[in-house]
Amino acid sequence: MRRPFVFALALMLAMLAFAAPAFACGGLIGPNGAVNLLRTTTFVGYHDGVEHYVTAFQFAGGGGKFGSLTPLPGVPSSVERGGAWTLQRLVRETQPFRATSLALGAARSADAVEVLLTTKIDALDITVLKGGGAAVGEWATAHGFRLPADAPEVLDFYASRSPIFLAAAFDADAAAARGQRIGDGTPVHITIPTANPWVPLRILALGKQGNDPVQADVYLLTDRKPALLPLARGDNGLTLAYDRTASASLLNDLRSDAGMSWVPATGWLSQLRIDTTAATLSYDLAVDAQGHSPSRVAAGLDTPGAADPTPFALTMLAAAMAALILVAIREQKRIAVPA
Amino acid sequence: MKRLCLFPVLLLLVAVAGACAPAPPREVTIEIHYSHYSMSQIDVPAGVPITFTIKNDDPIDHEWMIGDLAMHERHRLGTELVHASRPDEVTIPALSTRTTTLTFPVPMALMYMCHLPGHEQYGMVGMLIAK
Repeated sequence: MRRPFVFALALMLAMLAFAAPAFACGGLIGPNGAVNLLRTTTFVGYHDGVEHYVTAFQFAGGGGKFGSLTPLPGVPSSVERGGAWTLQRLVRETQPFRATSLALGAARSADAVEVLLTTKIDALDITVLKGGGAAVGEWATAHGFRLPADAPEVLDFYASRSPIFLAAAFDADAAAARGQRIGDGTPVHITIPTANPWVPLRILALGKQGNDPVQADVYLLTDRKPALLPLARGDNGLTLAYDRTASASLLNDLRSDAGMSWVPATGWLSQLRIDTTAATLSYDLAVDAQGHSPSRVAAGLDTPGAADPTPFALTMLAAAMAALILVAIREQKRIAVPA
Repeated sequence: MKRLCLFPVLLLLVAVAGACAPAPPREVTIEIHYSHYSMSQIDVPAGVPITFTIKNDDPIDHEWMIGDLAMHERHRLGTELVHASRPDEVTIPALSTRTTTLTFPVPMALMYMCHLPGHEQYGMVGMLIAK
């Protein structure tokens, strides 16, 4: 997809309802379809036109194989082991009281699929795919993913925006054999050159029933205060819980983690909380890193190909305001001139 | 005299109109897209063979299982992964088409649905009425 998106990262700190690994901003697919997760956490850093997506796949015990499909806004230039504690540091920054307590006490539009990249990180087999929803679905099924009933529509929804997906297959038996203990996470750092950040949220509802809860935290680090769409109104399940200049200590700490040397000297930190139901979560998070007008298509509010009304609407609004000002000035002059 | 001539003509017209009335279909095509059947209700004649063509447009497998409530209750708890040997239990693999022929001997109402996990809840349910 040419439209520049910055891709979002999900970090799983959560324990699963069943023994399974926790995955990031992807649909988690277990032997009987999607697996319910508790709250998930994601970090997306954007600097110099590159999105840094750091996520962790947390081993929550049990056996068998699980997979995760995550839509990406572009082709990643690298997928590698991520830093060990980036997310935890962000949580501490935005929830200082809890952090102190914790510290004291003790996350079809194409015919064929093209495999762009494969890599293995611990017990994770990662494949970056390019293809339409149907083709990606076929590939996933052929590789042991049992997709839930809503997968065909959801995959088409994303493929029509960006035909890039990251498939992560987690072998819980292999994780156990490696000596991974419950709660151990495998951090993954995905680097994606793109023009604006983007966080896939709708995918979190994959395989869930309408009333099932979806809870997630998204941390967004940008050079300046970003513009977000949809607006974090609260009643739509999206809340802006933290929105201020990133502290120097946070940036210094993040920069010292593995693979995080890209973290700039200054930045703006936003924390978005998603607390909603699967039926309500029909959108993604579109971001304009310059703080102007995020794309309605990227947010899932308009279909690709539909004219994005945002720039036009802003132009018309500006024109209307200018006209009003002119009329007001003229009216003032008219009143000021004595008859 | 004119009235006498008119009567057989009217009779003939009524007979022709009856013959031209749309007959209940004996071939039914059901498309599956985004885990939904294209028809939520199908009306067919009782006592004649009906051929069903089921086209699965999705990249995942689906089922078309038709029967009474007791049959569906059995399949909700069943463990059979693939149905291929019975005409009223059809598995349609991803992006493929299957055909089956059934005769409904007497007027009846049956449900058809997909019993793969979560698919019924997602809306893969329909009703067939044989008249």
